Amino acid sequence: MQCLLSARGITKRYGDVTVLDDVDFDVREGEIHALLGANGAGKSTLCKIISGLLPASCGSMSIHGNEFIPASKQVAEAAGVQIVQQELNQIPTLSVAENIRLTRMPNWLGITRKRQLAAKARLALDRFHLHDIATDTIVGTLGVGRQQMIEIATALDRDCRLLILDEPTAALSGGETRRLFDHLRRMRAGGVGIIYISHRLQEVAELSDRVTVLRDGKHVCTQETRSLTTDQMVEQMSGTTANKHREFRSFIATDSADEVLRIKNFSGGIVQNVSFSVRRGERLGIAGLVGSGRTELLRLIFGADIAQQGSLDLGGRLFEAFRHPRQAVRAGLAMVTEDRKQNGLLLDQSIRANTSLCSLAKCFSIGGVIRKRREREAAAEMVSRLETRCDDIEQSVGTLSGGNQQKIAVAKWLVRDADVFFFDEPTRGIDLSARRRIYRLFDSLAEAGKAIVIVSSELEELIETCDRIGVMSAGKWMGDFERDSWSADAIMQTAFAGYATTEPVG
Amino acid sequence: MKSTRLAKALLQYGGLVTALVLLIAFFSVATDSFFQMGTARLIANQIPQLTLLAVGMTLVLVIGQIDLSVGSVMALCGATLGVLMVRHDWSLGSAIVACLLAGATCGLATGVISIGFRIPSFIVSLGMLEIARGTTRRLLDSNTLMIGSDVAIISEPVAGIALSPAFLIAIAAVLAIHFVLTSTVLGRYCVAIGTNAEAVRMSGIRTAPYAIGVFVISGLLCGLASLAPTSLMEAADPGAGIGIELSAIAACVIGGTSLMGGRGNAISTFLGVLVIAVLQTGLSRMSVEDANKQIVTGGVIIIAVLIDTVRRRLEKTT
Repeated sequence: MQCLLSARGITKRYGDVTVLDDVDFDVREGEIHALLGANGAGKSTLCKIISGLLPASCGSMSIHGNEFIPASKQVAEAAGVQIVQQELNQIPTLSVAENIRLTRMPNWLGITRKRQLAAKARLALDRFHLHDIATDTIVGTLGVGRQQMIEIATALDRDCRLLILDEPTAALSGGETRRLFDHLRRMRAGGVGIIYISHRLQEVAELSDRVTVLRDGKHVCTQETRSLTTDQMVEQMSGTTANKHREFRSFIATDSADEVLRIKNFSGGIVQNVSFSVRRGERLGIAGLVGSGRTELLRLIFGADIAQQGSLDLGGRLFEAFRHPRQAVRAGLAMVTEDRKQNGLLLDQSIRANTSLCSLAKCFSIGGVIRKRREREAAAEMVSRLETRCDDIEQSVGTLSGGNQQKIAVAKWLVRDADVFFFDEPTRGIDLSARRRIYRLFDSLAEAGKAIVIVSSELEELIETCDRIGVMSAGKWMGDFERDSWSADAIMQTAFAGYATTEPVG
Repeated sequence: MKSTRLAKALLQYGGLVTALVLLIAFFSVATDSFFQMGTARLIANQIPQLTLLAVGMTLVLVIGQIDLSVGSVMALCGATLGVLMVRHDWSLGSAIVACLLAGATCGLATGVISIGFRIPSFIVSLGMLEIARGTTRRLLDSNTLMIGSDVAIISEPVAGIALSPAFLIAIAAVLAIHFVLTSTVLGRYCVAIGTNAEAVRMSGIRTAPYAIGVFVISGLLCGLASLAPTSLMEAADPGAGIGIELSAIAACVIGGTSLMGGRGNAISTFLGVLVIAVLQTGLSRMSVEDANKQIVTGGVIIIAVLIDTVRRRLEKTT
């Protein structure tokens, strides 16, 4: 097979910090090449350099033997390199069609040719069976998963020889992921080289031909995927042998009357008449497809969105559905949000200010004046307790890696303390060690008698961490599975069940 | 501990202080009438008005909003003071209370409408600008209303320290707003709201009362600001403060306040006011024409922001 991209000695420095150190990397024609590594290993940086989003400090690249200097994204695209980044890069106020054809708007003397635009966008969408998305839908009104699919459809609509996908499946449902994979395999057969970044090793094992592992900015190895098990991949990434299965312990309070949260008949938006309850020390997972209403349910309960109906019982205290998160927080709820950048963190502010935000009025002030020493102490304590990697507590949160940002988003609720913790996609886009730390946190919270509700698109994660898994489908609560009687198959079946009865197939 | 605080202060204010010293040095060399006590006194008399408006504006900008009505509201406050003292024989003290109330009411109206109904404060305060100016002219029948020497004491130097009450009030306001921004829950919430209001809401904090409160504070400061020109002229002027909202915004921006919200510092804003005042006074001493003065002032504002932006960007990458 012919070599498509060859990169030699790629190095990237920011001041004294070297994030990529002399990395050699090849992609052949017609191969899917997975790029693995913990967060901060340099995968995204390498891809940004290849696609012209970042300049390399040193090193050289060639495509088909011709020197390749991607001075900008446009230059890289002209050479046939396309990237789908981890972050969504859609313009939320424009329509789906306009986003897809943004740089190639069909026009006559600058006047948009709307019918042609719609037709071309339709083609790009249909390729992914996104028949139900109208081309004139405003992108901002769609869910994250849909937007991600449009983003991928946009990149694949352009001709390319080298396609880079950075965590494309993070927000996708199982079906969408399968469609994406089918398409990638077709592209591979057509001779396109694909660089694929994912934390989901199962996907990597299933899809890729070769694997390159980076660790701390250095190239560790490049191997045929067939010759590696997923456990070996983890070992290469972490440099140590990962213990595969941790022991599961239950901390559920023995008194079954100890239900700390009981949700009754919540409806609003897509959510229809949901009731469930959680006990002290219990970790309840909520599984379901993207768009099944899991995030919406948590937001309704937390008062972030207004419920049409619903009531809740918090350890014997009865409430009507909350109308502002303030009521929920006062009643003893905490919620780590799905999108930490959008509504979880103050990215431009310090770790200290973020950590104390929820509890400033409650614990860190007298008569409205902040007790700065206590605040600093609490922030420093959280940093060491959650093993957050940072220079000091005055560092702005936006400069941290995803995993460490998530630790701050969690820390602010730990400082505040609550009876019930909601975690919405707590490990999205974060590396293995941060993930382990968050799982350990679930355990310690449960041990302390807190009730925990976890929404995750990764079923394996719920199976590993939860006592019980409830399943939502098409906005309805389909029932729940206890730890000793569940199977991944049964849960997936249930997750699809709601759609079979409400929507005609096709 | 002490030394790191000093280093921090140097880093934060060093640039502005340097610029100020350079300006003063330049005008001292360029004219022989600049480096004198008289100039200092002139500037001290000039700045209370702009200082008070600009520190209020700093708070408003920090929460990611803007208040274009401050100049008109200030004129309205001055008119209230004048009308009550001249036509209704109120004492200075009670007239000042009414004047501050007038300012706070305007701020409350702007705040409630723009925050409560989520209408951009740019538009609402633009409307308030017109309403307050119109009301001022109505109250004063579009004429300057002479008040008399009763109000003059606010701008007369206090015996012994050679500084006027107006100047002292302005300095106190700078320190108070600085304290609010750096050390109080309100200030922290303001910064947080300006950075990411949705994250603040999801943290269980109601943002609206704080945001509206900021507009009220800004209105109150308009009332305080009106005391300075009113006492200097011993009259209420229907044309007071026309266009001064832009100077107030300029002072904030020179001081490094972000128009996007989330970043602002009252002391830097005060240094920004000083830069503008020194520049204005110096240029008049050099007998620069008004037209050229405007061009130079505009240039300085843009250069100041340019330097600040470039410096911030360099800090981020290293």
